[in-house]
Amino acid sequence: MIEVKNVSKSFHDGVKVLDNINTVFETGKTNLIIGQSGSGKTVLMKSTVGIHKVDEGHILYDGRDITKMNDNQIKMMHREIGMLFQGSALFDSMTVLENVMFPLDMFSDMDADAKRDRAIECLERVDLKRAIDLFPAEISGGMQKRAAIARAIVLNPKYLFCDEPNSGLDPKTSLMIDRLIQEITHEFNITTIINTHDMNSVMEIGENIVFIYKGQKGWQGNKDQVYDTGCQPLEDLIFASELYKKIKKAHFTLKD
Amino acid sequence: MNIIEHVGSFTKLMKLTLTIPDRWSMFGRQYVREIMKLGIDSIFIDIIISLFIGMAITIQMKLNMSNPILPGYLTGLAVRDTLLLEFSPTILCLILAGKVGSNIASEIGTMRITEQIDAIDIMGINSANYLILPKITAFISVIPSLVIISIFAGILGGLGVAEFTDTITVTEYTQGIQYSFVPFYVTYAIIKSMVFAFIISSVASYYGYTVKGGALEVGKNSTKAVVNSSIIILGSNFMLTKLLLT
Repeated sequence: MIEVKNVSKSFHDGVKVLDNINTVFETGKTNLIIGQSGSGKTVLMKSTVGIHKVDEGHILYDGRDITKMNDNQIKMMHREIGMLFQGSALFDSMTVLENVMFPLDMFSDMDADAKRDRAIECLERVDLKRAIDLFPAEISGGMQKRAAIARAIVLNPKYLFCDEPNSGLDPKTSLMIDRLIQEITHEFNITTIINTHDMNSVMEIGENIVFIYKGQKGWQGNKDQVYDTGCQPLEDLIFASELYKKIKKAHFTLKD
Repeated sequence: MNIIEHVGSFTKLMKLTLTIPDRWSMFGRQYVREIMKLGIDSIFIDIIISLFIGMAITIQMKLNMSNPILPGYLTGLAVRDTLLLEFSPTILCLILAGKVGSNIASEIGTMRITEQIDAIDIMGINSANYLILPKITAFISVIPSLVIISIFAGILGGLGVAEFTDTITVTEYTQGIQYSFVPFYVTYAIIKSMVFAFIISSVASYYGYTVKGGALEVGKNSTKAVVNSSIIILGSNFMLTKLLLT
């Protein structure tokens, strides 16, 4: 569980990007941070990970306050974190297998065969065993995301951060990635935080949704509660398209 | 950024870089890879450039020393000392600043804009140490060999001119090459080249590591890396010559 308590953050221009955010990201659930572009959701995620130092407040990883840690302690903390980047961030010079083995090579004392077996196990979990000898440039965007997920989970992280996991993917592949992240979250009981503005993801895997609006927490709930939030900026975001307006209408028709 | 800010952030980056590697086995793997990429892959261009420069210097020296009062061996001596003191350690490093410097800056810069460096940091790894230290140590350790190869290739180029043209006789040339040899000049050339190798690899890494933006900025920073490391090499060449030879 990650607790965000009274977190505020501003940059050099003095404008508050995050303003007194309070929320909890629950273990074993897919926690989504949503909001319009420029709302502060990426800053919230980066502050939670420890990339940005917050001005005020506390961020507790199962009781351990990352805002009070020194650089070395944050470095050690990061070894419990897996992260999936928007552009996958696989290393171009390494094959898919070498990419997944990289964290093991850096931190594990296993022998070479055991490392290889563990990496292949993770690649099998994301259904990518056939691509182990290919380089990132030789595989599709969806396969790159899956390889990045395999790399993120290879050290059995307690916390998984995903920054826009669906960007640049077609709807079918996006859905597959979303479901894969959710399955992994449940299977390994990870605290997963996903930064997204993909409304399909909200509807599909939104077990705990935090809506950020103009640097403040606008709403928090789950995917079943998004139809009636009473939060106009959130409704404007989720039900912006005609398709989602129809879905909302159908939801209330069925309910009645 | 002004020059003081650049010096400050360069110093901070070097402080992060020049630390004990997290894993020696991974450092070793990267080190060997960089030796291949920065050193072995530069041998061909090293030999070609040095061979032809050696040939050209020999012809020019002979033309400038065509006075009958001057002994014939002076051409060989001048070729040897030009190669040993200036061409192989300095001019070759300026050429390598273009090849190796742009390679390092664009590789690290691309890793920065595609979040690969962020991925390394998030894993709890010191990305500067992991990426930059093997490049600096590999290039510093491979540069003496490149300089020695360059000196020999240049001298061979001159010998080719003596053998296949009537500019100078082989006897005169070889006599000059061996005449009044100062072994310290080799040490001087190696010291200079190692300092220049540090400048090229660290400055290029700095410009790559601090890229902000996209592909355009990677290109701009690669150019800055080559220009600025060349200027620093020329300045330090003067200072090292003053320190070591006078």
